[in-house]
Amino acid sequence: MPSRPLSPHLSVYKFKYTLTTSILNRFTGVILSVGFLVLCYWLMAVAQGAAAQQRAQHLFSGAPMKLVYLALIFAFAYHLLAGIRHLVWDTGRGLERSQSRASAWLIVVTSLALTLAIAWALWGRTP
Amino acid sequence: MSLSNPLRQVLGAGPARSGVHHWWVQRLTALALVPLSIWFAVSILALPGFDHVTVTAWMGQAWTALLLVLFVLIAAWHSKLGLQVIVEDYVHAAGAKTLLLVLSAFIHVLAAAAAVFAVLKVACGGGA
Repeated sequence: MPSRPLSPHLSVYKFKYTLTTSILNRFTGVILSVGFLVLCYWLMAVAQGAAAQQRAQHLFSGAPMKLVYLALIFAFAYHLLAGIRHLVWDTGRGLERSQSRASAWLIVVTSLALTLAIAWALWGRTP
Repeated sequence: MSLSNPLRQVLGAGPARSGVHHWWVQRLTALALVPLSIWFAVSILALPGFDHVTVTAWMGQAWTALLLVLFVLIAAWHSKLGLQVIVEDYVHAAGAKTLLLVLSAFIHVLAAAAAVFAVLKVACGGGA
């Protein structure tokens, strides 16, 4: 193959909300793919029995893991909302610059709020 | 009639007439995952605990098992399509690209099969 410049040129784009929301969607997607593998591993452990499940959950517990879960929860919330935004775009709606800028802010703020709410529901109430 | 020259077609460069299918399946799986993933997140959060008895009782319910199987299958498919696009976009070396695509496909099939097997084993009372 002749070496021509190949898109996308992430490193030369000017940083704007369109780029940020788009790359965040991909990035959170990759995180969710990893989370999906962990889920499958956990389901297998549950099927293997109580001891195997305990081993698996021990492997994924501990204080530092809370940060990982937090990232996973944010990835879930963001990717879900950004995905819905894309599905709305696919119907031809919300593509005007002002609408797209508003929905960009909406999904960022809502996903952060959702992350905090879920984290609180998980860990906030138990002492 | 194709506008690309014969050598390009032999090399497999250029459109393979399958781009729209990939796009469409990505959207279909995304649409299905909206309710499925919300259901999954809500029911995981609603579990009183994560001990073996609680989790297997949850997985053993017919509707839970059915929705879990659908969720892992469609999530695996969606994840495979998404990672494929990322690899195709950012990995330019032909060898590494092919290797990653094959690896990703294999891992996704393995993970999905394992998850479906696990859910069915618990749901059908395979004993554990």
